[in-house]
Amino acid sequence: MASSTVSRVRRQLPTGPWLFAAPGLLITGAFILYPFVSTVVNAFTDRRTLIPGEFVGLANFRELLGDDMFWIGLRNSTLYVVGVVPALVILPLLLALLVQKNIPGITFFRSAFYTPVVASIVVVGLIWVWLLDERGLVNSLLETIGVGRVGFLSDQWLLLLSAMAVTVWKGLGYYMIIYLAALANVPRELHEAAAVDGAGAIRRFLTVTVPAVRSTMVLVGALSSVAAFKVFSEVYLMAGPSGGPAGEDTTLVMLVQRTGTGLTGRVGYASAISVVVFVVTVALMLLVLRADRRDES
Amino acid sequence: MSVMEKVRQTTAKPTTAREPRVTDEHGRRIRVWELALRYLLLLAVLALTVGPFLWQLSTSLKGPTEDIFSSPPKFLPSDPTLHNYKRVADTIPVWDYALNSLKVATANVVTNCVGAALAGYALARLRYRGRRVATLVFILAMLVPVEGIIIAQFTTMRELGLNNTLVGVVLPGSISALNVLLMRNAFLNLPYEIEEAAYVDGANVWQRFLRIALPSVKGTVAVVAIFAFMGAWDDFLWPLIVLSDPSKFTLTIGLNYLHGTFAGDERLVAAGTIIAVAPLIALFACLQRYFFRGVGEGAVKG
Repeated sequence: MASSTVSRVRRQLPTGPWLFAAPGLLITGAFILYPFVSTVVNAFTDRRTLIPGEFVGLANFRELLGDDMFWIGLRNSTLYVVGVVPALVILPLLLALLVQKNIPGITFFRSAFYTPVVASIVVVGLIWVWLLDERGLVNSLLETIGVGRVGFLSDQWLLLLSAMAVTVWKGLGYYMIIYLAALANVPRELHEAAAVDGAGAIRRFLTVTVPAVRSTMVLVGALSSVAAFKVFSEVYLMAGPSGGPAGEDTTLVMLVQRTGTGLTGRVGYASAISVVVFVVTVALMLLVLRADRRDES
Repeated sequence: MSVMEKVRQTTAKPTTAREPRVTDEHGRRIRVWELALRYLLLLAVLALTVGPFLWQLSTSLKGPTEDIFSSPPKFLPSDPTLHNYKRVADTIPVWDYALNSLKVATANVVTNCVGAALAGYALARLRYRGRRVATLVFILAMLVPVEGIIIAQFTTMRELGLNNTLVGVVLPGSISALNVLLMRNAFLNLPYEIEEAAYVDGANVWQRFLRIALPSVKGTVAVVAIFAFMGAWDDFLWPLIVLSDPSKFTLTIGLNYLHGTFAGDERLVAAGTIIAVAPLIALFACLQRYFFRGVGEGAVKG
């Protein structure tokens, strides 16, 4: 009975629904789906910013295989996933456990830990460029304790590592909140039972907490790996637009931005790199989800 | 059965425990050394997360004669001055950039709230042919990695003659698929009965949407608004690509320019970053609840 009323409610005004959905569909179609399709199409052309270009088959992809800068970009973006994802799956969970108990002042700490998430990546990048500067705070402190100064931003690998640290630093609070929600659903009784059985804190963490928030860990792994592979701003700000003196710190998205923009931008070639980004992104998602399923069985 | 008893015990405890001692969320007492260790760790993480912002603030307040490179470092400015903030305004039109950011962020809030609420309502409540297809369109759009389509978005903007305009900055994210799906879920969670009653009373679809459904999902609208504001204010890659005229820059692009041109002048860059981050920290301090709620809702769908 209720459902017949519902359907009558919904059936009223046949043009109404499309009027409601139209703005959203229009924007999504014009600025997300159309560009997506045209990226895939352009990848098979030699289109440039001011020249429409022609179909060239797989030429762009063949060129990619011999392009050193592409391999550097692919390497750096992949390393970024390898370096950032484990840290972002584990550290925010530990942080969530730290702020989980309702002790006095804990809401202040939770909010404070979230501050880096709120700040723009440009602000965060520039703050750390100054902190890690040859004469910046971190080096002043290192010198004070007698370690000596470290060229965080001048060495190719240290710079990439520093950028990863910045990504982790900015992401901690975000994933901490996700974990907090998951931890709230872990039944207290499991911890108690484990404690009665004589399990220590670390053992309880591994046998009770981790299995209980496993699906959240997979979610965080999927979200952070996709985001890490598409890294742009951190490295762009810390290494400069060209990714270091010889471009050794270039990431794939930096390469897309550099080759595809400007009056002489090679839209076709940049689109081919973008297609690689799509494929790897999807592959990462499937990989994480598959690993999840294998764990379960 | 014993489990049931335990559940009752633990849920009953917080209400009975009135003594002013430190307890956890289950009313259980925390040992002193454990508590001390917790606060120690909390303070360490606090220094690590908030410290960098404070150091930037301190640097921005140090005058031209004060040594900012000293070792050991000096954390507090000996003679705090706003001199550097004045210098930023003399070097780049930073207040114009702030106004541009504000325009972009405000427009993004309005378009996302209105567009996502309308589309979300259409997906959740209205029946029409192609509804499933429309839902699928938004789900697919949500999965497209934006970083991979920026070049094509830029050529689309050029074709529309909107490159290098603030409208061009706003348009691609003006009604995000994620927000549409968030609104759809919020509407789906409302009971049908109220709208049925309104229908029986002769309310048309607009009246039901505006007077009944929309006021019931105010919380989600607030989440959408806040994340739309933050996303637009903080965005970097897209405005970097679409804006080329320095007079149109938003704050993030202006900061990048400041850093690129005056990299050696740390006090100046520090003052610029504080100008860019202060409004958002203030917003966050006032509306924390919604920021945290947004993470939960966005993550489940994202």
